[in-house]
Amino acid sequence: MDRKVYLDHNATTPLHPEVKKVMSEAMEIFGNPSSMHGFGRQARRLIDESRRSIASFIGGKPEDMVFMGSGSEANNTVFNLLSCSAKKCEAPHIGRRQVVTSLIEHPCVLEAAGCLQERGVEVAYAPVDGDGKIDIPEYEKLVSERTALVSVMMANNETGTIQDIKKIAAIAHRYGVLFHTDAVQAAGKIPVDVMDLGVDYLSMSAHKIYGPKGIGALYVSPGVPFCPFIRGGHQERGRRAGTENTMGIVGFGKAVEMRSKEMAGEAGRLLLLKSRLRAGIEKNIKDIKFNGHPSDVLPGTLNVSFDGAEGEAILLYLDLEGIAVSTGSACASGSLDPSHVLIASGMDAERAHGSIRISLGRDNTEAEIDYTVGKLTAVIDKVRKISTTGHRS
Amino acid sequence: MRNKVEWAYSEIVKDHFMNPRNLLADETVYKEDGKGKIGNVKCGDEMLIAIQVDRDTGIITDCKWKTYGCAGAIASTSVLSEIAKGKTLDQAYNLSAKDIVKELGGLPENKVHCSVLGHKALRAAIDDYYRRKVISATKRG
Repeated sequence: MDRKVYLDHNATTPLHPEVKKVMSEAMEIFGNPSSMHGFGRQARRLIDESRRSIASFIGGKPEDMVFMGSGSEANNTVFNLLSCSAKKCEAPHIGRRQVVTSLIEHPCVLEAAGCLQERGVEVAYAPVDGDGKIDIPEYEKLVSERTALVSVMMANNETGTIQDIKKIAAIAHRYGVLFHTDAVQAAGKIPVDVMDLGVDYLSMSAHKIYGPKGIGALYVSPGVPFCPFIRGGHQERGRRAGTENTMGIVGFGKAVEMRSKEMAGEAGRLLLLKSRLRAGIEKNIKDIKFNGHPSDVLPGTLNVSFDGAEGEAILLYLDLEGIAVSTGSACASGSLDPSHVLIASGMDAERAHGSIRISLGRDNTEAEIDYTVGKLTAVIDKVRKISTTGHRS
Repeated sequence: MRNKVEWAYSEIVKDHFMNPRNLLADETVYKEDGKGKIGNVKCGDEMLIAIQVDRDTGIITDCKWKTYGCAGAIASTSVLSEIAKGKTLDQAYNLSAKDIVKELGGLPENKVHCSVLGHKALRAAIDDYYRRKVISATKRG
């Protein structure tokens, strides 16, 4: 077994060759971007360039972008705004004691919301329909003049389902509520325009789009409240302390630049690959269900449930064949809870346990898809033969 | 990716996962003397154990199984089927999760409580064996 097929691009991606190139060059640029001398100015120039490409990629201004250590940090920073009880803070959301988010958010949002709850902030969770789309009428019932912040992810990491962020943000703004979207899975895979969407905050990450790990960004709309999560320096215009990660920022900038060139073409190619994969699975394996929205979905993401086969077993048998996929269940981390995303969309626990996520990327080929369909068919057959449930492929 | 990358489980677990022993191929034709099932699919793990017993010696002569669950669940039931064979009913009844984990060369701590259920299914199979014995004795009497 030497063949390696990586189908887990929603977890992370390899570096784009162009990103690798600029990062290894940036390795030599060691000056502190805050220094006034030439070494510092050289680093500053690279950071400014990256900031410009990333801002223009999402339709914002360079001064609206705050570099951070990760998408998770960006999400946490937004939720941290709400726990402020400083007497001098005059942000308009102060005094509003409720936050609305959704049942299908990334754990970093759910845990940040849970933390607010422990501090006495009320948290309401918008439900989703069977395709994983926010139930807009139910969501609207939760939002009021008491609401300080709404946070809804743009595209789901497990199912790839894309939300109607523009509509969801408009409802929040109708009540004077701040709106944040976690666009970590969306930005760089589908068009994202902060002006068109009308968002106040937007989180993004480099490593999901062929950039390096350890670097993310938060877009902060001009004039909305902001409070640094990490304090102690003037970096990022006082919004995020800590000496800038020059190499990471340079890689992030190049990753975004390459996305602006390749994203549209790649989306079409990934859709074709995904159709081929889907058709292959449908043709060869019985008792399956594809999850998520049929059309409002990231081009490379396919989530599928196999009756009578447990997800981790499928993942590890595929791993033995060199194929990397992911499962939404937390089984590998010791919890038996099935995917909260699939459960929220109304799936029963039995089916949710048997779900895997296949997420395609720029290096995947038709030959790899065909190889995967063949191996997956054999693996499901094997797991079902072992299973107590008596399903047959 | 290098070729030698450490797996999430021990080599013994990997071996049993890749080559499950004593799998119950067809429930409808297997003539078991006792059968037990534990767990449920909703919770992510379900195990079925079927045993054949020598009536005179009370020794388990064959042990077959099926499992719905993760790699730890599959491997732990597979290794249990090997341990149980040749044991007396009493010895088999006293097998614990610890015995299974030891035989597997260890399991990640957080996996032990959720994926090792085979010994309970085995006990259920032994109970079933005694139940059937009573019924057949009653019938004969």
